[in-house]
Amino acid sequence: MRVTQPAVTVRALRKSYDSFEAVKGIDLEVRHGEVFAFLGPNGAGKTTTTEILEGYRERSGGEVSVLGVDPARPTRAWRSRIGIVLQAAKPEHFLTVRETVAEYADFYPHPRSVDETIAQVGLSDSAGKRAGQLSGGQQRRLDVALALVGDPDLIFMDEPTTGFDPAARRNAWGMIGGLRDLGKTIFLTTHFMDEAQALADRVAIIREGVIVAHGPPSELGGRGRRSFIRFTLPEGVAVGDVPVPAREEGGRAVIEVEQPVRPLAAITAWAMERRYELPDLEVERPSLEDVYLELTEEGA
Amino acid sequence: MSTARLAARQVRYATLSYVRNPPAVFFGLLMPVLFLVIFATVFGNDTIESRGGISQSTYYVPGLVALGIVSTTFVNLSMSLVVLRENRVLKRLRGTPLPAPAFLAGRVATAIGMATALTVVLLVIGRLAYGVELPGGTAPGVVLALVVGAASFCSMGVAFSTLVPNEDAGPAVVNAAVLPLYFISGVFFPTDEAPGWLNDVANVFPVKHLAEALLEAFEPGSAAPGIAWGHLGIVALWGVAGALAAVSTFRWTPKGE
Repeated sequence: MRVTQPAVTVRALRKSYDSFEAVKGIDLEVRHGEVFAFLGPNGAGKTTTTEILEGYRERSGGEVSVLGVDPARPTRAWRSRIGIVLQAAKPEHFLTVRETVAEYADFYPHPRSVDETIAQVGLSDSAGKRAGQLSGGQQRRLDVALALVGDPDLIFMDEPTTGFDPAARRNAWGMIGGLRDLGKTIFLTTHFMDEAQALADRVAIIREGVIVAHGPPSELGGRGRRSFIRFTLPEGVAVGDVPVPAREEGGRAVIEVEQPVRPLAAITAWAMERRYELPDLEVERPSLEDVYLELTEEGA
Repeated sequence: MSTARLAARQVRYATLSYVRNPPAVFFGLLMPVLFLVIFATVFGNDTIESRGGISQSTYYVPGLVALGIVSTTFVNLSMSLVVLRENRVLKRLRGTPLPAPAFLAGRVATAIGMATALTVVLLVIGRLAYGVELPGGTAPGVVLALVVGAASFCSMGVAFSTLVPNEDAGPAVVNAAVLPLYFISGVFFPTDEAPGWLNDVANVFPVKHLAEALLEAFEPGSAAPGIAWGHLGIVALWGVAGALAAVSTFRWTPKGE
């Protein structure tokens, strides 16, 4: 039963602080074994929702199930199946990396190897260092190690790459991909749309306490979202000669369509017949970032 | 792993965190020893008439044991819990299967262990260097004062940590609470000659009663077992109040979150 249930189910979740309604009746579903990215501007209800799922906050209304348990009534057994990477948590300064990871390993019934976990986050060379002497990025990786050492089924990561340089971010992405390959479910919040696009199987975007989009990044926004086909018009060719409806922008033909395959076939067939190379032919699908900006813009 | 074993593991990590933190070691463990050595060396041969003519050295040992108990329990816990809370270490621990009682029991046991070790060191130095001996049969009074004092000041320390707004304010707020109490409670020098109202104030708070309970065991005329039930009762009342306040106000997340 448990395997066929989603890892996380949220129905009509509401959360109010005094008179302010931070979360206004949202539905979410996270499937087992997927990377789920939860996106939204600061103050949109992202952290509130995540902390309700993690068992840190109580909800005002609705139903929540995380690994089959209501997080408002957390149990030790449930806690041992969940790993949490908090935003902006610091380690205990005077314990070494290995001591800290070993301390957390003791909390869990079936922990992973301490040294392997340290290696997985790339801290083997610093295992004997005191945590207070680590750089900010290394402390973040130690945080991730503490969330992984209990071998949890579901891992919450709150902005795990904030403050990382580009190389460190790529490494972190590789590690998160590796966790998915191990069958872990990952609930990720991030500001970085490229991160969500690269990692997430599905995303949800929250804005002012309401889910405004929910689905695989490639399908986000649904119908009516346009792709663009663009190429420079060959010498002596007018935009009216292009076999599909097009407009001209600075010497380039621009074709705006919902489904790019058919017009693209028509254009390439036309170009081959007339021996045009169209060296800068491109098809642009709206990126997650475009969709995100459109959906979270004021008044959108 | 059982809660008791997890608590025992916490003792190990809390002890490592403490002994590797130079300011904590200096102010918590070394300073009471330094005070004893300096005071007893400089003023040790004087006698205190208001206390039946006991030597200053004999007065300092119980006074500084009281200070040591407060510094290793109340000061230590209230400051370190604020750091752990504001750095979200407590929040992260709350998200693990570690039972809350195992965490707190580990921290409290560590503090009581420190208080015990410091008390032993102070008694040994007092005896070897300054010839301060317990009157026969009053050891139970010292042991009970240590146990009741350390446990009570631990619970007060946990409760007090919730009053400290942030990490930076920790030392200032905690010292503002304990330093005046040390001075008016006769920890450094007898306050029998102080104005009555000041002693009335001191008598409200537990530091004075812990110091008096310890002193009673050391006074030459004391009879076995040397237990000052009245003073220890007041310390214990503060401890119970601290425990109740700690249970209802303790927070795992930073203030303002």
